[in-house]
Amino acid sequence: MILLHDNKCDFCGTCVGVCPENCIDLGEAELNIDHQICTMCYKCVWICPVEALFAEKVK
Amino acid sequence: MSFKDSYDIIVVGGGPAGCMAAYAAAKENVSVLLLEKDRDIGSPVRCAEAVGKDGLEKILEDNINPRWIAATIKKFQFVAPDGTVIFPQVPMTGYVLHRKLFDFDLGLLAANSGAKIVTKAYVNYLIFENDRISGVHVRINGVQHIIKSNIIIGADGVESRVGRWAGIDTTVHMKDMETCAQMTLANLPLDDDTCVFYFSQKRFPGGYGWVFPKGNKTANVGLGISGDRARSDSASARLESFVHDHFPDASILNKTVGGVPCANRLPKISSEGILLVGDAALQANPISGGGIATGMTAGKIAGNIAASAIKSDNISADFLKRYEKEWDTACGNAQKRYYRLKEGIRKLSDEQLNKTAHVLKDIPQKKQTLVKIFQTALIKQPGLLVDIMKTLNPFS
Ligand SMILES: Cc1cc2nc3c(=O)[nH]c(=O)nc-3n(C[C@H](O)[C@H](O)[C@H](O)COP(=O)(O)OP(=O)(O)OC[C@H]3O[C@@H](n4cnc5c(N)ncnc54)[C@H](O)[C@@H]3O)c2cc1C
Ligand code: SF4
Ligand code: SF4
Repeated sequence: MILLHDNKCDFCGTCVGVCPENCIDLGEAELNIDHQICTMCYKCVWICPVEALFAEKVK
Repeated sequence: MSFKDSYDIIVVGGGPAGCMAAYAAAKENVSVLLLEKDRDIGSPVRCAEAVGKDGLEKILEDNINPRWIAATIKKFQFVAPDGTVIFPQVPMTGYVLHRKLFDFDLGLLAANSGAKIVTKAYVNYLIFENDRISGVHVRINGVQHIIKSNIIIGADGVESRVGRWAGIDTTVHMKDMETCAQMTLANLPLDDDTCVFYFSQKRFPGGYGWVFPKGNKTANVGLGISGDRARSDSASARLESFVHDHFPDASILNKTVGGVPCANRLPKISSEGILLVGDAALQANPISGGGIATGMTAGKIAGNIAASAIKSDNISADFLKRYEKEWDTACGNAQKRYYRLKEGIRKLSDEQLNKTAHVLKDIPQKKQTLVKIFQTALIKQPGLLVDIMKTLNPFS
């Protein structure tokens, strides 16, 4: 599952632009990923300018 | 705050592209609503704020407010990976803007022409009726609303989803997304009329570093790197070390991050009932990443065409395609050329960049034209020269 360090995110939207599934929802200061749709492609993790996103294995 | 439940045109996003679209349409006496998710028009600023003077004057028909201008740029410097400096002769004047004031005034322009602007309004889906777009779902101050319209102009920036909801694929490829970080630094020893660009595949892979002065010993200092080369070190980590090495004594007044699509002209930027403008349509100059002027140009064209579509009661994909045609004449065709050129530049190694700088260093400064620079740099890729000759300058 892709998770967010809330305190690192600057809400810049770069991850939204590259997400192939269009499953990142970014309000004024709120980011949510639709984990049902996310394919764990990691593009958002790699593009983020401040390393705010990370992947965590769910049991 | 009051708004109607239907408008002729809804613009999603209140950046330069959206404000120009709303302004151009409202001027034609159609009803326009602009929805912006942030609480302010004009902030936060995620931009190095550089723009060409001639281009801006053309778009705004010479109505340039001096309060927008932080610095006037007459000179340019390119710094090669080994530190060799060359002085390209670019026959143009540039501005470094105060975008907070600039964007705010563009919002004002739209509002005073009759467009209704609502902030803290987050568009979270489109409404479809019989497969046709007929409005937006929007959360305003935490409350969900439905607002109808015949045409939507998607001006929702790099984080655009409007196009994709409407079935136009605007996903940015990793190699075409520049991931950027920037600081506004104070107490810098600088020439207030000179923009400095740093090139190095090691430090700025697939991108460049910049120092754009803003007057009073301040400057926007930042860098962008290509998304497909960002896995090892993020843009902000790279910027920390760049600033540490070059400006250890400066104070940091502001820090920001963001992405710029540096892409080819998309195959499609309009469809029935929808037009995309600015970063939402991936319209920034793919070499420089400059998207203020291109976004405003697109916004102006799209606003005009949307208004005439409403007036002539024809919102078909065919009619709205006029926007794409006018966009190509204004910038879209150039975008394709710049994109090819960018693909060539991406391949230059640090060794080639250094060699180029050494050759150029020895010719008189007056002769260091951009064409000469690219000719020298791309000596092994002569095919690209044809494109370069057609390319006036990459910093438009
Ligand atoms: C670090 C950096 C440096 C740059 N430097 C330069 C430069 O020096 N010169 C230059 O010309 N360009 C530069 N650019 C590019 C430039 O900033 C953009 O191209 C330009 O802002 C694009 O304008 P726009 O109106 O298309 O989008 P934006 O200015 O991004 O505006 C989009 C707006 O839409 C809003 N929005 C998004 N989604 C929604 C939604 N669902 N509902 C409601 N509102 C929404 C956003 O809040 C935003 O206000 C730079 C970019 C970056 C990141
Ligand atoms: S790219 Fe990073 S900082 Fe920007 S919105 Fe996405 S998670 Fe936040
Ligand atoms: S991992 Fe891929 S699909 Fe999932 S949110 Fe990130 S970019 Fe989108």
